[in-house]
Amino acid sequence: MSFPEVPSLLPVPFRTLLYREVHRFFIVINQTLLAPVISALLYLFIFGFSLGDRFGSFHGYNYLLFLVPGLVMMGLVNNSFQNPSSSLMISKFEGNIVDILMAPIGHGEIILGYMLGGMFRGLLVGTCILVVSCLFAIPPFSHPFYLVAVALLSSGLFSLLGIVAGIWAEKFDDLAMFPTFIITPLTYLGGVFYSISILPPLWRTVSLLNPLLYMINALRFGFLGVSDVNPGWSLAALAILDAALFGICLTMLRTGYRLRK
Amino acid sequence: MKKILIPDPPVPALEVRDVTKNYGEVQALAGITLSIPRGELFGLLGPNGAGKSTLINIVTGLVRRSSGEVKVFGFDVERDYRASRSLVGAVPQELVYDHFFTVRQTLKIQSGYYGLTRNDVWMEELLERLKLKEHEHQTIRELSGGMKRRLLVAKAMVHRPAILILDEPTAGVDVALRRSLWDLVRQVHAEGTTVVLTTHYLDEAEELCERVGIIDHGVFVALDRKERLMQQIHNRRVTLDFGAKVEGLPEELARLGGTLSEDGLRATLLVDRSDGSLQRLVEALGRGNLPLMDFQVAGAGLEDVFLELTADSAKPDERRPAAEALR
Ligand SMILES: Nc1ncnc2c1ncn2[C@@H]1O[C@H](COP(=O)(O)OP(=O)(O)OP(=O)(O)O)[C@@H](O)[C@H]1O
Ligand SMILES: [Mg+2]
Repeated sequence: MSFPEVPSLLPVPFRTLLYREVHRFFIVINQTLLAPVISALLYLFIFGFSLGDRFGSFHGYNYLLFLVPGLVMMGLVNNSFQNPSSSLMISKFEGNIVDILMAPIGHGEIILGYMLGGMFRGLLVGTCILVVSCLFAIPPFSHPFYLVAVALLSSGLFSLLGIVAGIWAEKFDDLAMFPTFIITPLTYLGGVFYSISILPPLWRTVSLLNPLLYMINALRFGFLGVSDVNPGWSLAALAILDAALFGICLTMLRTGYRLRK
Repeated sequence: MKKILIPDPPVPALEVRDVTKNYGEVQALAGITLSIPRGELFGLLGPNGAGKSTLINIVTGLVRRSSGEVKVFGFDVERDYRASRSLVGAVPQELVYDHFFTVRQTLKIQSGYYGLTRNDVWMEELLERLKLKEHEHQTIRELSGGMKRRLLVAKAMVHRPAILILDEPTAGVDVALRRSLWDLVRQVHAEGTTVVLTTHYLDEAEELCERVGIIDHGVFVALDRKERLMQQIHNRRVTLDFGAKVEGLPEELARLGGTLSEDGLRATLLVDRSDGSLQRLVEALGRGNLPLMDFQVAGAGLEDVFLELTADSAKPDERRPAAEALR
């Protein structure tokens, strides 16, 4: 096993948990990496290539290029969410969650272990989608540092959400609710496929309540330099949400919510 | 990870004071107080649902106490959870595994959770001791039930815990494995590890444990050295075997509660050793001219203690595993 034996400042239990989380999704790489990349490819092909010409351009970019940031964000948030939530749910279901609950691991270390595992998967999927889209069109990468910050904070946010969901859910069915009723609608309505400038005023205002709108536009700002909303505020809001959700996770672990009877 | 130093003054390995636990309406523990000194091999007994696992899980951190105090080598299991957990190794009652990994990876990861990176020598020894060496590269799915059980024990010991807690480690394992687990328990105990063992097999507790606590309905109904508990049971079962058919027992034997078998070749009596009945029995046997061939007195075992103390609580079907265990 290629467990890192290198000296490190990071605590060993945290590294072990992170290793486990990453190893877990690499075992089922077809499902965890290939599937989302292929579905992004299909979107690119159908909307970008086949129908794209009819949509004209958004913010001065052709539709294919406009689409890329949204698709990257979609892969990023879905997979960041999936990794910790399904890992926790399976561990609770099979009972091996006790390994972590009985071990002398700090609450923060547990959260960071699951969180970084999820971020790693989300960022990997996002990067793969980006690489594949570059075969069709290369974005200008207008604000690279901003881009990286948004990608990190977004994947962090959804990993944390995945932890909350994984702890809260009592059955796999509870967990399935999140992608179906929350993440997918919010991403689709958050402007992956369109700019909210094309919406009637009422729907434009309603859209502004959707956090995914800010995340998708922030990523688009990083890639293309254009956004429907203020990129500075988006980044700040994202950072605040990350911190808040981390606090919620910490409270859940401290109180033993649904983990310790 | 910081090395946890066990405090020097002789704090007990496990200190439980007035602990209660309610699961909603159900009161699983109703005030448990227990102190286990270092190096003891302690047996925790009780019928199904008595609260044994609840107590153990409070020590390991899987269950939160409702009130009271629990300390492992002086470290509170909630306030100093990292220190206390690094001193405890536990085999939970349920067989649970992480199916993504092989035997060796499992031990490696478990070591990591306890902050150990260079643990190969000890892991190697554990694999040997628990006869898992040849299966080290198999995934858990490929192991038999007994091998899985051994892996759980290996996992619990991967960080050389100062106190090893085994919640029914021998449930459903074959005789040979049971013996080898006993040997292992004796060995780690001889090496200075404090051991807490839960079991429904009373012969196991009788064989291994120095001190025994019997829980029933969330309280201790007995807590003492094994021999003293067994002494408290005064009845002795006496069996007389005759070389020829006996037609009716002498009056004195009948008065002592003796019954004769249908074929007239065996008489059995339950005799109280504390009120002189045994003396009267021997005198009666001397006077009577019975064709006595064999004479057995069975002392009280832990099972008798157990049955007597938990008699009114355990329903017959729940008691059977304990009663059958000695057969
Ligand atoms: N998670 C839980 N929720 C509600 N009640 C519980 C829970 N766990 C245990 N109980 C109840 O607490 C009581 C004690 O259970 P516990 O598992 O501690 O018993 P035990 O002595 O280990 O029994 P066994 O010998 O069957 O393992 C039982 O009445 C049980 O039904
Ligand atoms: Mg139990």
